[in-house]
Amino acid sequence: MALTYDTGAAADLSAFLRRKDDGGASVELLVRGARCAGCLSKIEREVRALPGVALARLNLTTGKLTVEFTDASADPGRVVAALDRLGYPATPYDPGQAQAAYDREGRALILAMAVAAFGAMNTMMFSVPLWAGLFGQELGPATRTVMMWLSGAVGAPCAIYAGMPFFRSAWRSLKAGRANMDVPISIGVILTLAISFSETVLKGRDAYFDAAVSLLFLLLIGRWLDHQLRAKARSAAGDLLALQAPAATRIEGGAERRVPLSDLAPGDILLVRPGERLPVDAMVEEGASELDNALLTGETAPVAVTPGELCRAGAVNLTGVLRLKVVARSEDSALAGIARLVEAGAQARSRYVRLADKAAAVYVPVVHTVAALTFVGGWALGLGPREALIRAVAVLIVTCPCALGLAVPAVQITASARLFRKGVLVKSGAALERLAEVDHVVFDKTGVLTEGRPRLVDPVPAVVALAAPLARASRHPLARALAAEAGPGPMATEVREHAGLGVEGVIDGRRARLGRAAFVGVANHDHTETELWFGFDGDIKIRFRFTDALRPDAAETVKALRARGLTVEILSGDAPAAVARIAEEAGVEAWRAGLTPAEKAAAVDACREMGRKVLMVGDGLNDAAALARAHAAMAPGTALEASQNAADLVFSGEGLTAVVEAVDLSRSARRRALENFGFAALYNLVAAPAAILGFVNPFVAALAMSGSSLVVTLNALRTGGR
Amino acid sequence: MFLAPLSVGLGLMAVAAFWWTLRDGQYEDPVGDANRILVDDPEDRPLV
Repeated sequence: MALTYDTGAAADLSAFLRRKDDGGASVELLVRGARCAGCLSKIEREVRALPGVALARLNLTTGKLTVEFTDASADPGRVVAALDRLGYPATPYDPGQAQAAYDREGRALILAMAVAAFGAMNTMMFSVPLWAGLFGQELGPATRTVMMWLSGAVGAPCAIYAGMPFFRSAWRSLKAGRANMDVPISIGVILTLAISFSETVLKGRDAYFDAAVSLLFLLLIGRWLDHQLRAKARSAAGDLLALQAPAATRIEGGAERRVPLSDLAPGDILLVRPGERLPVDAMVEEGASELDNALLTGETAPVAVTPGELCRAGAVNLTGVLRLKVVARSEDSALAGIARLVEAGAQARSRYVRLADKAAAVYVPVVHTVAALTFVGGWALGLGPREALIRAVAVLIVTCPCALGLAVPAVQITASARLFRKGVLVKSGAALERLAEVDHVVFDKTGVLTEGRPRLVDPVPAVVALAAPLARASRHPLARALAAEAGPGPMATEVREHAGLGVEGVIDGRRARLGRAAFVGVANHDHTETELWFGFDGDIKIRFRFTDALRPDAAETVKALRARGLTVEILSGDAPAAVARIAEEAGVEAWRAGLTPAEKAAAVDACREMGRKVLMVGDGLNDAAALARAHAAMAPGTALEASQNAADLVFSGEGLTAVVEAVDLSRSARRRALENFGFAALYNLVAAPAAILGFVNPFVAALAMSGSSLVVTLNALRTGGR
Repeated sequence: MFLAPLSVGLGLMAVAAFWWTLRDGQYEDPVGDANRILVDDPEDRPLV
């Protein structure tokens, strides 16, 4: 539920400046629309030419522009304005600590992968003669031992270094009393290294150093793919949000000062200009205006406020300047309550068990039991402890979840790349898995099923043109919609805006008014919030009615979802009449109106308790809690920060059909992942008995492992294809 | 006999080189670097 109102007020961006020790400062901006070398050089040249700018460098891959200023009092707003003139909308953003730590993790993974690749190649060099020896080629025992020592010298350190990410994760999960996929991997690798060393020392025949390293290499590919998936989503989704600068304008002894939200205390006087969001709950002291509560309650229509009225945090001031007295601290405001609901929902969702971990829960005990039985049984049947142990380790190696480790990430990266091309951003692999299980879809109304913008009903061009000069001069959302309908043209003169009432001005020498019924001079009319009146002095008055129109593809989307066996429902905070109309147009029978954020979340919870898996599609602050509680959640790119954070997938503005495409692809991804698991199971059914019977030697192990990984990866590439 | 350590040494050099490129931030902006060659910077012109 979000209405997008253009207000065009310049925000103070100095909160995004990062000061440096040498007196300079830097800011990072997210620039949209820069694609080519031309854009790059134009942007860098223009920004560098601004006074006070020491350096400007644009990263075309991520779309981030780093600007360094020579002194700390610089204004990032000028850079944004300059970029705007060039035609590239820019948003300052704060990368934060988490992002840096995440980048470091990614780099460590790549390095581990490089070391594993090096280890695999160079260990193989010594393994090939060993394999040749297995097939009856001439290889004396002394040479064999030398080769084994050499392959151990190269392979073991590489395996230990490259295995660290797995060992750490396994250790963490064991400490938490669970076993994830990394536990069998770690046990397998460590046991393999140990048995290979003992074989080398005892001048035995089988050394699996190459298997250990190449196994880690293949697994690291899977791990890195998974990391990339999340990294991409982070940098794209995380940064669109940043505009809600966490600062407020406080009046201190007659002067205005920007202060952080945490500094606000009850009793402080705030100044909120049109276009700004109320930072905390506050009482109007002076001024009259209209507030857009859409994000908080779901009401489409703006609400007029006058002195003495309580306004809640999150509302957007639309028309007049307001002086407000703070009544609640930031963390006690209505907004914070929603944030807490979101947090609770996110915690519930983090308990979701991923497909790969579910598979591991079955797989780990089975494989380890088989290996243990091989050892015990082999010894009991007279193989001797050493041969029995080698066979047990061979079981662990050939059944090692290499294919499993690749099975899911490879599928998910393919699916999310396809979705990304269609304008849908997937935040994590788990999100895709949850989306595939969904059987009930809940839509928010405003901004999701509808366009979220007021639009004139049945416009008569001649009448619109009459009122347009006045509408163009106003900042009111309805007047803007009227001006948009009329297109460019002349503007009224001597314009005066009466906050909360309307606008007055002179058109072609005649005085005219546009606004509420009583303001324009219509008596005895019950004014509703979705209409505007217009009239010249002493002439007849004209009424313009506005509505929030259904998205063109909404009905089609609902139908397509039904065809896929999903049920559809609308949960809205708007008035019943408005919701009923949209529900009918979209072809949805089940709808509820007038819901508070908490009631929306409760409705989603109720569905969950009935055993339904809910996909919530919403964009407003009042949806955030429901989004966080739903089994899967999608938000349009126009949604608010809190909603985008709570959602698993973000689809770029225009088409609702993205929801259908995302559901389709997630289901296809799930099918492929299950196929991959099936294949891995089949492979193990053949490989494990072979290992138990002692048919597996290092050469066979190396072949089987890379072969199964290849099959799984190729199958993954089919995701979403015909 | 010396060929084995030599090849391992060469491999290690490759890993070290890769580590250096990684630390140097050469993978931060592949698209930008590809496009930057096309930008004519007036200060970089040949002298003649």
